[in-house]
Amino acid sequence: MSEKFTKSMARNIFYGGSAFFFLFFIALTFDTTARLPERDHRENMSEQVVLGKKVWEVNNCIGCHTLLGEGAYFAPELGNVYKRFGNSKEAIIAFIKSRPVEGIKGRRSMPQFNLNDEELDAIAEFLKWSSEINTENWPPNIQG
Amino acid sequence: MQYQSQSVAKPYFIAAIGLFIGQIIFGAILGLQYVMGDFLFPEIPFNVARMVHTNLLIVWLLFGFMGAAYYMVPEETETELYSPRLAMILFWVFLVAGALTIIGYLSVPYATLASLTGNDLLPTMGREFLEQPTITKIGIVIVALGMLFNITMTALKGRKTAIIMVLLLGLWGLAIFFLFSFYNPENLVLDKIFWWWVVHLWVEGVWELILGSILAFILIKLTGVDREIIEKWLYVIIAMSLISGIIGTGHHYFWIGTPEYWQWWGSIFSAIEPIPFFMMVIFAFNMVNKRKREHPNKAAMLWAMGTPVMAFLGAGVWGFMHTLAPVNYYTHGTQITAAHGHMAFYGAYVMVVLAIISYAMPLMRGRAAANSKSSQVVEMWSFWLMTVSMVFITLFLTGAGILQVWLQRINENPMGFMEVQDKISIFYWMREVSGLIFLAGLILYVISFFVGGNEENS
Repeated sequence: MSEKFTKSMARNIFYGGSAFFFLFFIALTFDTTARLPERDHRENMSEQVVLGKKVWEVNNCIGCHTLLGEGAYFAPELGNVYKRFGNSKEAIIAFIKSRPVEGIKGRRSMPQFNLNDEELDAIAEFLKWSSEINTENWPPNIQG
Repeated sequence: MQYQSQSVAKPYFIAAIGLFIGQIIFGAILGLQYVMGDFLFPEIPFNVARMVHTNLLIVWLLFGFMGAAYYMVPEETETELYSPRLAMILFWVFLVAGALTIIGYLSVPYATLASLTGNDLLPTMGREFLEQPTITKIGIVIVALGMLFNITMTALKGRKTAIIMVLLLGLWGLAIFFLFSFYNPENLVLDKIFWWWVVHLWVEGVWELILGSILAFILIKLTGVDREIIEKWLYVIIAMSLISGIIGTGHHYFWIGTPEYWQWWGSIFSAIEPIPFFMMVIFAFNMVNKRKREHPNKAAMLWAMGTPVMAFLGAGVWGFMHTLAPVNYYTHGTQITAAHGHMAFYGAYVMVVLAIISYAMPLMRGRAAANSKSSQVVEMWSFWLMTVSMVFITLFLTGAGILQVWLQRINENPMGFMEVQDKISIFYWMREVSGLIFLAGLILYVISFFVGGNEENS
C-alpha cells in the first residue's frame, strides 16, 4: 500500500466505518421490528403457541429439523409442515405420537418424546402459527 | 517466550486440542448417521450428537482465542499479565463447566436437562448453537468477563499496539454480543432476528477482529516485517470486514418473516464480504515475500498461509455462492449451507487457532524457536491431510446440496425430503470417508507434539 495512506487513516476508516454501519444496522432493526406485527400475525399467538415454542425448544427439535430454513439439515423443514400435512393439526400430532421408541431399522427416525396431550396440541399450534408467517413465499414449494 | 506469564496459554491450548478431538469424533458419528440412520439410536440421537459437535467446536475455539490472548497480550504490551492466577482459575471453571455441559447432553434427555438446570426461570435453551443450559451461559459470561478484566488491566499498564486494541475490541464484542443469547422472545420471528446478533455478529463480525489480530501477530513474528505496515493492513482488512459484515447480517433476514428490503441490503453487502478475505490472502503472501528473516518454524508459517486461503475459499467463495437472495431462495437450509459452514469455520477459525498454537507452543515448551524438523514434518502432513479432506468434505456436501435443491425445489415434480436424502446418499458416504481422513490427520497432528529430535534454532 502507498506511503501516503497511513496507519492512522486506516484506523479512522475502521472505527468510523464500523460505527456508522452499526448505527445504520440498529436503525434498520428498529424499522424491521416496527413492521413485524403485520408479518408475523402476533395477534394469533395464543397461550398454546407460546407453550408450543417452549416444547419445541426443550426437546431440541432444531437439532435435526430446519424451521424457516434454519437449524439442522437431517430432517424435513417444519415451517410449512402444517400445510404439507393437509392443514391438519391432527396429522402432526399423530405423527409425533407414533414414533417407535427403538427407531426404524437402518433408517433415520424421530425419537419418541413422550409428550402429553397438552404439549402435543401446543407444538401443533406453534407449527400452524409458524406456517402463517409472511416469509416472502419461502420455501419454493410444499416439500420445504 | 519473553514473559513468564505467557505460559498460562499452554493449558488453554492443550484443552482446545483435546476438545477438538471430541468434536471430530462426534462429526464422524453424525456423518455415519446420515447414511445409517439407526446408528447409536436411541442412545445418541442425531440432535444430541450434533449439539455436542457444534458446542465442542465453539468451546474449543474459545479456549484457543483465550489462549491466544493470554499469549499475545504480555508480549505486545511488554508487561507481565495482570493476574496469571485469575487466568488459571478461569481455565478450570471453563473446562469443568464445559465438560459438565457435554456430560449433561449425553447422559439425560435434553428436556430433562432443561428442567434440571431451571430453564423455566430464564428460558434460553433449545436454539441452534445456543443449546447450553442457562447456567452454563452465565458461566461463559463470567469466564469471558474475568478474562477481559485480566487482559484489559494488562493492556492499560503496558504498550497499546494496534494488534492489541483490535484483539481487545474483538473479545469485548464477543462477550457483549453473547448477551443476546439471554434474550429469547416468545415470538419466533423476533427470536430469530436477535439470535443472529449472537451468531452472525460473532462469526462474520467480532471474531474476524480476533482472527485478524492473531494473524497479524504471527506474521510480525515469522516475517519480521515492519509493524507499521502489518498494522495498516490489519486496519484496512477489518474495516472491510465490519463495513460489509454488519449490514451483511441481512442475508439471514430473507425468509424468516422480516421485511422484503433485507433481500437488497443483505445481497449487496454480503456480496462485499469476500473482499476482506481476499485482501487477507494478498496481505499474508505479500508479507512473506517481504520477509526480513527465515524463521525456522515452517509449520507455523504453513498454518498462517493456509488460514487466509482457506478462509477466502470457505467464507468468501462458498459464502458468496449462495448469498444473493434469488439464489438463496432455492439453497436456504440445504446441504449447501452445511458445505459453506464446514469450510468457513475450518479455514477462518480452526486454522488460525492451530497457527498460533503452532507458533507459540514450541516456545512455551522451552524450545529456542521451533520444534525439531521431524516434528514439523509430521505437523505439516497433518496440515495437508486435514485441509485437503476438508476441501473434499465441502465438495461432496456441495454436490449433495445441488442435487437436493434440484430434486426437492426446482424439479417439475418435487420429491419429498426423505426421498431426496436417499437419492443423494452416495455423496454422504464420500463425505464420511473424507471425514475419517480428517480424523486421521488430526491424530497425526497430536502425534507431532510427541515427535522428538534436535530442535531448530532461530
